[in-house]
Amino acid sequence: MDTKKTSLYQLHQDSKAKFVEFAGYQMPIQYSEGIVEEHRFTRNHSGIFDVSHMGQLFIYGQEDLVDDLERIFPLDLKNLKLNHSKYSFLMSDNAGIYDDLIITKIKDGFLIILNAACKENDYKILKELLNDKYKMILDEERSLIAIQGPKSVEILKSVIQGVENLNFMSGNWFNLDDHNIYVTRSGYTGEDGFEVSLTNEFADRFTRRLIDKGAKLIGLGARDTLRLEAGLCLYGHELSKDKTPVEANLKWAISKERILKGNFIGSDIITKQLNHGVNKIRVGIKPEGRIIAREKTKIYNESNLEIGEITSGTFGPSVNGPVAMGYVENKFSKKDTKIFLEVRGKKHPATICGLPFYKKSYVKGVN
Amino acid sequence: MSEVKYSKEHEWIKLEGEIATIGITKHATEMLGDIVFAELPEKGSNVEKDGTAGVVESTKAASDVYTPVSGEVVDLNQSIVDDPSKINQDPENSAWFFKLKIKDKSEMDTLMNKDEYDIFAKESSA
Repeated sequence: MDTKKTSLYQLHQDSKAKFVEFAGYQMPIQYSEGIVEEHRFTRNHSGIFDVSHMGQLFIYGQEDLVDDLERIFPLDLKNLKLNHSKYSFLMSDNAGIYDDLIITKIKDGFLIILNAACKENDYKILKELLNDKYKMILDEERSLIAIQGPKSVEILKSVIQGVENLNFMSGNWFNLDDHNIYVTRSGYTGEDGFEVSLTNEFADRFTRRLIDKGAKLIGLGARDTLRLEAGLCLYGHELSKDKTPVEANLKWAISKERILKGNFIGSDIITKQLNHGVNKIRVGIKPEGRIIAREKTKIYNESNLEIGEITSGTFGPSVNGPVAMGYVENKFSKKDTKIFLEVRGKKHPATICGLPFYKKSYVKGVN
Repeated sequence: MSEVKYSKEHEWIKLEGEIATIGITKHATEMLGDIVFAELPEKGSNVEKDGTAGVVESTKAASDVYTPVSGEVVDLNQSIVDDPSKINQDPENSAWFFKLKIKDKSEMDTLMNKDEYDIFAKESSA
């Protein structure tokens, strides 16, 4: 199968991107300035991320759709306001995570943003679960551009007036040059920012305008260091079919209301795990010194017993040191617990720590 | 007179008398991206030609550093361990990795000169 290209492919090339294949797409891993500089630029100014490979699934329907989706997602969708978003998961019957996603209430239904590698499978699963009752469009005609970092609001509002009035995890339709654009105040870097859904044909021109206003293209490499510093999970690393949201330490994303009532896919296991605890749980890990513990690094306790494994690890440019996340046995998951990471045959000291590594700065109280 | 040679693993080696200074090439740093971690061999240890003698890590991945010749490690550049970004800034000069007291000068003959390496690097990245 040929790898797919996003609408910004030419722009990436013009910007001297290095490409990697990611989930069947040719995606920029970095540009000429490199991951560390791109990371810092996002934290201090404004970075543009092409996330057009992600799935934009529109499902159209009214009240019965809300009921049906509540049987799938552990969310209080009845009370989700128009243009508001929630982070959630598509789960199996035993609460294993097929995908993590953002679901937004739009006028005629819902918009769900899915991971690129999972989107086709998610579509199939959802179509089956919803018995083909609703119009569902996994929209390949739209691109998705994220703009992240403290200067993003100034830059984006100079192109699309009104986006500054959005609160974190809410969105709206805007019109620009006769194009319908859906903007949400969200992202995956730990910074204030926006995700912009727009037609493929307008994507290149729109992004070049953001660049003219001072934003810079940022590759997947920095996206990974940014999300890791922000303590955010990446599907295929922290999250998989073998992990539940409770094990992933994401119980904050499960509606309390819905837990009381149950009746969603995986609710039995979720309730059981919430009441009785889990064996393994996701934690933040801070290695001492500069040693970097990558994915699959084994974790030991002070008595040299293996207690878990790293799921993501890198050097955090804003933390100015190594950072990691992983799963450890629940009894060793307390903050400040001393652990050891086996890197190249040697055990290196590290500490269980709280997340995020880098404090988020989301905008919540605009109006 | 000093002589600089290059290995297929993208190390450079400068021989002065029986002391060789070894580092990684500019081309290597460009392929690796931002270097954020460096590990050096132990001072006093003996390293064998083409054996591992350190590690560099970028934000993306870890890579071994090999020694192009055999010898005893007589000096280390601690400054690149303390600030690995120096390797990106000045790879073929101040950001050297370690110095060896070499065993067999003829091992130098198996390595590439500057022109040969430039062609090799160009071809291997194409």
